[in-house]
Amino acid sequence: MISRFRIGPAVALAFLLLGAAFVLLPFFWMLSLSIKPAAEIFAPGIDLFPSRIEWRNYAKAFAEVPLHRFLLNGVVVCAGILVFQIIIAVPCSYALAHRQFGLRWVIFGLVLAGLLVPYHVTAIPVFLGFAEIGLLDTYPALIIPFIASVFGIFLFRQFFATVPAEIIDAARIDGLSETAIVWRIAFPNAWPAVSAFAIFSVVAHWNDLFWPLIAISDPNLATPPRGILFFRDEEAGSDFGPLMAAATVVTAPLVIAFLAAQRKFVQGITMSGLKG
Amino acid sequence: MTYRLPPAVGEALTNAWLVGPATVGMLVLIFGPVLAVAVLSFTDYQLGAQGFAWIGLENYTVLFTDPIGQRAVVNTLIYVAIVMPASMILALLVALGVHRVASWNATLAGVLRTAYFMPVAGTLVAMATVWQMLMHPNVGLFNQVLGLTGVPGQEWLSDRGIVLYSLAVIGIWETVGYNMVLFLAGLTAIPEHLYDAAEIDGVRPGWDRFWTVTWPLLGPTTLFVLVVTAARAFRVFETVATLTQGGPGFASDTLVYAMYREGFVYFKAGYASAVTMVFFVFVLTLTLVQFGVLERRVHYR
Repeated sequence: MISRFRIGPAVALAFLLLGAAFVLLPFFWMLSLSIKPAAEIFAPGIDLFPSRIEWRNYAKAFAEVPLHRFLLNGVVVCAGILVFQIIIAVPCSYALAHRQFGLRWVIFGLVLAGLLVPYHVTAIPVFLGFAEIGLLDTYPALIIPFIASVFGIFLFRQFFATVPAEIIDAARIDGLSETAIVWRIAFPNAWPAVSAFAIFSVVAHWNDLFWPLIAISDPNLATPPRGILFFRDEEAGSDFGPLMAAATVVTAPLVIAFLAAQRKFVQGITMSGLKG
Repeated sequence: MTYRLPPAVGEALTNAWLVGPATVGMLVLIFGPVLAVAVLSFTDYQLGAQGFAWIGLENYTVLFTDPIGQRAVVNTLIYVAIVMPASMILALLVALGVHRVASWNATLAGVLRTAYFMPVAGTLVAMATVWQMLMHPNVGLFNQVLGLTGVPGQEWLSDRGIVLYSLAVIGIWETVGYNMVLFLAGLTAIPEHLYDAAEIDGVRPGWDRFWTVTWPLLGPTTLFVLVVTAARAFRVFETVATLTQGGPGFASDTLVYAMYREGFVYFKAGYASAVTMVFFVFVLTLTLVQFGVLERRVHYR
């Protein structure tokens, strides 16, 4: 009876292609609307493609809101977060993997416990603290909450643990300081883990809306998703063509990165399943 | 237990230099705030207020008895209950299909994989505005297509009875590719000789083979995907904030959105902390299960 339910390979493939088309539909629709003249967007009837390409939507998107500013903010915030995450996590991971000290297991325990905490949980006290010291509505407000990445520490520690102790010992005998060993021996060796973590981190923070929505009210500091909401909530937001143009511009960097480096990208993102 | 002498001062300083920043960061940015939010959840503290009073469990009582609080909890559970199974079943079917396609056309399989994973790479807030276009009551593609078939259009995002399901569809769309990649990894790890052995034992190809060989061996992967998907679904926020703000009439309110609204729009820090704690307990339970699952995955090898 089971074999009767077997779907022919052709039918299965047809469903797969149909599903893929549905999954890609929003991307296609976004591109299509972003180059459609306004009159056609609001015209009744279904036109998958615009009759002519309306580049003015893109010009409008950049003119109505400081879209270039949102992108720049996204780059500054993502780069800032990533650089601090690595500067802080790598030495700690190295020490946890290759040094013996009393608090080692306590600190590793903190790392594991930290993995259980979604960052939403810390938002209210961190906001209160930042308000207290007048840090809201600044770049640091967008960067600081994420600089101690327990996920990064955990990941790098697992990676460093596979570096043979002999290599580290040899470097010590050669007279390298521990700091030099961290950055000149361990860090370059951990490149696969670092690059995967970098993708994970940049994707998470480029796309994040929750924290920028809380920490920022100045549109000039908005990250791309926050900026999209500023745009949408303005009067210009009912101008669908430019809104879709803005959405395309904001989505493009990561989608292009994904298409260019698929293996690495998928690896970096699926790793996050480990994270709480 | 032997008493250890403290290490040389130089060594201690080196250790402090290496692990100090990370430890301070974790304490100040993670564990301190977790403690603070737990404490705040028993107070009536309002952002900007001079003082506060201890009110015991009142915030929690309100959350679980007040119709609006209940809605957030129930909506979140409904959302998870839809997105989790639907995105898993679809992802498994897609993974099985792509895996099979890969055996005769690796390029096509790669293209399909890329297509299904695209939503994971897309910026969700931007893509949510596209869904808003697709679901637009007048000029949206969905209602226009429905119009062709004579079915009346729906108010996808402003009908109380539909809005949560519309958000769930977007959630499924966003999650299938992610789960597909995890299932594909699981499928690739199944050794070919087990299929050969099953064939010798008279197991027919197709669903028969799926239930006797693939499904049991995929068990650890499935458990892992289940927990990861649920944990992601519990965090639903971007689509709610972009498309509905929890409305209409709290019909699409969820825990994380309620936390945001109560805490940062209405400034009720105490109550928002209680919402946070309830969310945290849900996710914590799941994550602990996940660690158990990971442990099992290790033992299977």
